[in-house]
This record gives sequence, structure tokens and C-alpha cells, in this order.
Amino acid sequence: MTDTAQQDDLLLDIRDLRIEGRSGGQWHQIVKGIDLTLKRGEIIGLIGESGAGKSTLGLAAMGYTKGGCRISGGSIRFDGQELVGASREQLRKLHGARIAYVAQSAAAAFNPAFRLINQYCEAPVRHGIMSRAQAKKDAVQLYRAMQLPDPEQIGFRYPHQVSGGQLQRAMTAMAMACRPDLIIFDEPTTALDVTTQIEVLSAIRRVVREHHTAAIYITHDLAVVAQMADRIKVLLKGDEVEEADTRTMLADPQQDYTKSLWAVRAFRRDPMPEVPQGERPLLQLEGISAFYGPQKVLDDIDLTVHRGRTVAVVGESGSGKTTTARVIMGLLAPTKGVVRFEGVDLPATSRQRAPTLQRRVQMIHQMADTALNPRHRIREVIGRPLEFFLGLKGRAKEARIRELLTLIELDPDEFIDRLPAELSGGQKQRVCIARALAAEPEFIICDEITSALDQLVAEGILRLLDRLQREMGLTYLFITHDLATVRSIADEVVVMQGGRIVEQGSKDEIFSPPHQEYTELLLSSVPEMDPDWLDTVLAGRETATPA
Amino acid sequence: MQPILKIILSRLMMGLLTLLIVTVVIFSAVELLPGDIATETLGQSATPETLAAFRSKFNLDQPVHVRYGLWLAGAVQGDFGVSLSNQRPIAELIQSRAGNTFFLAGYAAAIAVPLAILLGLVAALYRNSAFDRMISGTTLVAISFPEFFVAYILILIFSVTLGWFPSLADVDGSAPLPERLYRTFLPALTMTLIVMAHMMRMTRAAIINLLASPYIEMAELKGIKRWRVIAVHALPNAMAPIITVVALNLAYLIVGVVLVEVVFVYPGLGQLLVDAVSNRDVTVVQAACLIFAATYILLNMAADILSIIANPKLLHPR
Repeated sequence: MTDTAQQDDLLLDIRDLRIEGRSGGQWHQIVKGIDLTLKRGEIIGLIGESGAGKSTLGLAAMGYTKGGCRISGGSIRFDGQELVGASREQLRKLHGARIAYVAQSAAAAFNPAFRLINQYCEAPVRHGIMSRAQAKKDAVQLYRAMQLPDPEQIGFRYPHQVSGGQLQRAMTAMAMACRPDLIIFDEPTTALDVTTQIEVLSAIRRVVREHHTAAIYITHDLAVVAQMADRIKVLLKGDEVEEADTRTMLADPQQDYTKSLWAVRAFRRDPMPEVPQGERPLLQLEGISAFYGPQKVLDDIDLTVHRGRTVAVVGESGSGKTTTARVIMGLLAPTKGVVRFEGVDLPATSRQRAPTLQRRVQMIHQMADTALNPRHRIREVIGRPLEFFLGLKGRAKEARIRELLTLIELDPDEFIDRLPAELSGGQKQRVCIARALAAEPEFIICDEITSALDQLVAEGILRLLDRLQREMGLTYLFITHDLATVRSIADEVVVMQGGRIVEQGSKDEIFSPPHQEYTELLLSSVPEMDPDWLDTVLAGRETATPA
Repeated sequence: MQPILKIILSRLMMGLLTLLIVTVVIFSAVELLPGDIATETLGQSATPETLAAFRSKFNLDQPVHVRYGLWLAGAVQGDFGVSLSNQRPIAELIQSRAGNTFFLAGYAAAIAVPLAILLGLVAALYRNSAFDRMISGTTLVAISFPEFFVAYILILIFSVTLGWFPSLADVDGSAPLPERLYRTFLPALTMTLIVMAHMMRMTRAAIINLLASPYIEMAELKGIKRWRVIAVHALPNAMAPIITVVALNLAYLIVGVVLVEVVFVYPGLGQLLVDAVSNRDVTVVQAACLIFAATYILLNMAADILSIIANPKLLHPR
């Protein structure tokens, strides 16, 4: 520990910061006069939905704005030095050396053309802090501190040869390379699986504490920020909502908006009645195995879905969730096993399936952005399946499009002529739902459809799906890695790992002990809104596995 | 390393296959020409005996696939047959000419490629500045004029007005290297101006395309100097499209030189081709076409393979 005088030192002092972004030829305020102070060694959490300005504010702490943005007012003082209006060269000397940045997607933020260790060495060598040999030695130590496997050698790999969680830790190590005073963490674990996230969180926290580094931790996940931050600042549309130290904020949020954020995870839909004995399942998978090239991705999958129910498939990336969906849709032919729909064996590929059969099984994708043709207006997006599957034309089609838009709670007059780019993320996902509904399906596969959305928006989608299910008797196969989502809407849960089903049963069975070992790991890795959660879990795991 | 070797091998096979198809096309094009070569060469008054002798000497009495086989086998060994107009072996005619053409192309490439990439990087670095617009504008103007026009302008400026360089480039391999470089400077400069715009603009575009990437932003936030961010972080990732355009332009340097060679009276393949066309010397045209086609295919194949090697995901599999 350093002495108290230094510890109380003010490191970052942002006053009335205003940032404007350019869109449609006009400047709009995206950060509207925010104050932020940070002492040495302190961690502040910035939380809010997308568009709240948290990343913009985080980057501004480096004196940096993304292309198309500009600082229009206020002051940013870093260790006494004013960053607003500082020259490029002054900022460059701070970047990497005294203020470092950890980006959300490590896979995209590492240069694909260079080995990890060469990217690590760049900042210390270019800033003249260490020689190349020293930096390399230092890298190995930090890799070890970040608990990366094989720290001596891992630096010599290329980014694509390393897993996402490892890359994220390697990037934190890279940010630590010059032992900066401040690190900006911009959603560093958002793209990771929960079991990976917990490792990354604990590694980040330990290294940051050990080196007494101050940090701005940006996330939309309250439970995560509760583990990492000393203080939390809530942002909404570029304004500050409130700020308090972590425990106070969690126990006693003052503002309505904050309370609504806190309440999101509480959505639970009413349970469905028991499946009657002997009812024929709507969909059955029997002994499905599938390969991508020589690699086995599904191994003997058995799965039963009853009409009007929601079956949630959970598991980490690479566990075979989406592949299962692809097999059901006929996009990937299984090498073994059979897909049965209402007791009838389905042909292996969608090409061999009659359109009437294709119509009854629809799929909604994770990225509504890429699942919508950017040049098609909503009318065409929803109208196409109406024409293709149901043969609707002209006025009947138009009427049905409007009906569907009303069903997904979008005003037809306002939205029917819009392009996807003119919709928000949640609205796009709603349009994708309407497109699936247009075919009048009985069975809908939802592939991580809420993963890319803010929690409030995601909750709206979940409520909508629940309502549609009750009104239309739909059946869902809900693929997700988010256990909170599973708790909200599932009747039955299937846990997958490495292409196999490790456990399945009703939601209550799965979520109440005793758990199968992997399910236990998965469940215990979901962050909770308790600032001591990470410590408790890590302590528990350490005693469970003696060194 | 297994998969990348496989890909490279398959590209090589594809290249060879393309070349083979091109030989068929060239051979049949000549086959389809009307008229009997023996009659045309020996004249109307030739006796049937001499015609027969001529035909058997040049294997004209063999069926078409046999003749194609013989021609191809010869071409592979560098024997393209004899010229119809002067009965000399084509290989002999072409050898020194091809050497001259490759020399000039290499000379122009040695100036154009590094210069184009450098200017592309600088234009990307100072994009939308006056400098960027000036480079883009100048190179565009140069590519917009036909090459003979550019050549005459250069002659007007550098040899007529200033008198720095000769307007005729009639040197061959026997001259000493500095002399050759000096005398062929103007044609090389002409060709440089012709091919630079493409390469420079592709470099600029490919780099700018990458500047929004998270890893470029990351490099900037690490405090790396802008010039280094562009040259070290962006350029290696922009190599694939740049290599493709460079290869296309190198091929153009060799194949598209005809007019420049004629303007500067440079004894290259282009000149030979023009003479052969005006003399209706079909076998020479055939051989020159084959060399041009082979150059094109080889360069593009090389570009493909280099692009594959430039991709670290293929070079260093998981």
C-alpha cells in the first residue's frame, strides 16, 4: 500500500463535459455536461443502456473521441494536465503510457497480423519505458498474473489462435504494460461466456488492485459492475442519473430510472400447466449427431418439445446450441439421428422439405442488424413470407402486415415504410419476430435474440414473446447463454456442453439443487447483485479444489 | 502448414490449367484462319509436290490434335516454330525482344510500385487534405490520357525542351546498364505514370477501409505514432487487395507496352508484335500472345499465392 497522502490524490477530474456527435449533417449532444472525479487506485463503474454515452465518456477520459465526435465544452484534467485542447502529441505521450484502454471485443482489438507479445511490447518500447527484451520478460510475468495458460509461450501465438477469454486477459495485460495510472475498461466481459467471464473478472480485479491502478469500468451489467467498482455512476442518454458508492447504490437507489434497471431481472412469466400424460410432442430429436467437416459438433442429442411450451437451451459458445437449431431448420444435415415434427420424420435438409412444412418452423436470429436486408423496407421484410408461404397479395397482404406490426407493438403508420437503419435495436428484433410470425408458424427457434439488447429492451421482447405464446399457442426453442433469461421464460431447460446434452428437465429441477457438476459451474458463474459475490464464489471454488 | 500448402498447390494447378486452356484458344484461333498456309507461303504457282513437302516438313499433314501436341511440346521447350515471313526460328526472334520488354517492365515497376504504395500511405495518412487531393488528381490525370499522348508530352518536356533524356530508346541488352537505364528512362516514366494511379488509389482505399477497425483504434490509444499505425498496423492487413492490383498492373506493364515501345522505338515484344501483325506473320503473333498470356496468368497466380501467405490465419493455423 502506498501512503495515504498519495492515495487521496485526485487523478482525474472531469467538469461539465460536453461531447457532440455528427449525424445527418448536424451536431447532437451525446454527453450533456457530466462531472466525474477519480482518485488514484479507485475504480468507478459507468452503467447505462446503449446510447447512454458511457463509452464516449470513458474514451473522453483519454482526451480521445471517436470519428464524427468532438468535445464541445468542459474540462478534463488528468493528473493536473488539461486534456481538452491538448495537442495530438501531448495526448499520444499519455496514451498507453499513463492511460490505457481495454476494448470490448478483444478479438477485434488485437491486430490479426502480429503475435500477442509483439503487440504487448509496442507501447513500452515506443514510449521508451523498456527495452524490447525487458518488455518481453515483463509480459510473461503479467500473463502469469492474469492466469493465462502457458504464460511463457502464449505470447507467441497470433490472436486467432487464442480463445476469447484468454485474449481479453492478454489485452488487460497489454494495457498494464506501462503500469498506467488509469485504465478504461470498455465492457471487457460482455462478449464472454459466464464461466469465462468470472475468470476474466477475477484476474482483472486482482491485477488492478495489486498495482493500485485507477479504472473506469464501463458495462451494462449491474451485477458485474457491483463486483468491480468502488463507486457507480448511472448514465441515461448522455446525462448523469445518479452516483453513489457501490453498496449504497445497490441497497438504496434513489432515482426511478435506476430502480427500473435494478428491477429488470425480476421478470418471471406465469408457469404453464403441466403437459398432459401421453401427449404427442410437437418436436423430437432422436440421437442427432452432426459434423462440421471432420469435427463432431453434436453428439447423440435427444430433445423433446411439447406444444405451447418454451424449452431453453443453455450453454457456452461452442456447446452446439445454434448447431442444434440449424439441424432442426434443415440447414445442416445430421450424420445420424432423426428430427420428428408431430410424429413425422422430417427430411434432413430444408430443400427436401415442402414449403408447408418449412412454414411451420421459423427461426429468429441473434443479430437483427444482419438478419434484415438494409435496403428492404419493413413492408417488404414482413410482406415477403406472407406472399411466399400464404400467397397473400395486394390489399390482403397490406392489411396483414399492419396487423402483424400492431401485434409486435409497433405503430403501422409510423413504421411500415421505414428502412431497418431507421429502427432501434429492439425495434429491429421486433420486426424479425413479426417476419417469423408472418409465416404463421407453430414452432419458433429464438437464437440468442435478446443477447445484443439492453436489459430493459430485452425484457420488453421477452414479455412480447410470452404474450404471443399465450395468444397463439406458439412453441419456442429459446437458445441463450443468459441464465437470467432462462429463469424469466423457460418451462424446460436443456444444458449443453461440448456438443452434448449434460442435463435437461423442468426449470425448477434444473435451478434447484442438487445440480449436475457442469450446471453447478454455470449457475454459480452468473454474477449476482451482491458486491461480495465474486469473493464468495472464488473462495468457495478454492476450497473445493485444493491447490 | 498442411492446409496452406494444399491451397497453394491447388492455385498452382488452377494456374496451369488456365494456361493450358489459353494455349488451346490461341492454337485454335490460328487454325480457324481461312486459307492454306502452304499455298500462301509458297505462292499460287507452287507444284503439288513442293506443297506436300512443305506440309510434311511443318507437320501440316498431321491431324489437328497431333499438331497441337507438337506445337505445345515445342513451346514448353522454348521452340515456337519458325516465322512465316522470314523462316527464322521464332524463339531466336523473341528471346532478345522479350528480354528487353521484361527489362523495361521491371524498370518501370521498380519505380512505380514502391512510389505508388508510399503515396497511397501518405494520402491515407493525410486523407482529404490538399496533399491527398493533389496526389489523387495528378495520378488520375496521368491515367486518363492515352499512353502515347503521355509519352509525347514527356518527350516534349524532357528531350525537346530540357534536353535531359533521349527521345529514342533504341538500346538492347548489349549496352552497359547505366546507359540502358538512362536511355529507357522516358518510356519507363511513361509506364510508371500509366500504372501508378490504380495501385496508389487501391493502397489508399484499403488503408482507409481499415482505419475504422478496433485494432487500429487500439494502436492509436496505445500512443503509437500515426505514421507507424498506418505503415505497421494497417498496411500488413491491407496487403491482399494491394497485391492483387499490383499484379494486374505488373501484367499490364508487360502486355500493355505495345504503344509505348512503338513511340520510343524500343526493340521489345510490342514492336515485334506490331511488325508481325502488319506482315500477317501468324506464328509469331501466336508465340507473342502465348508469352503475354503466360505472363498474365503467372503474375495473377503469384498474387493469389502471396495474398494467401499474407493471411496469418492461413499461415499460422490454430
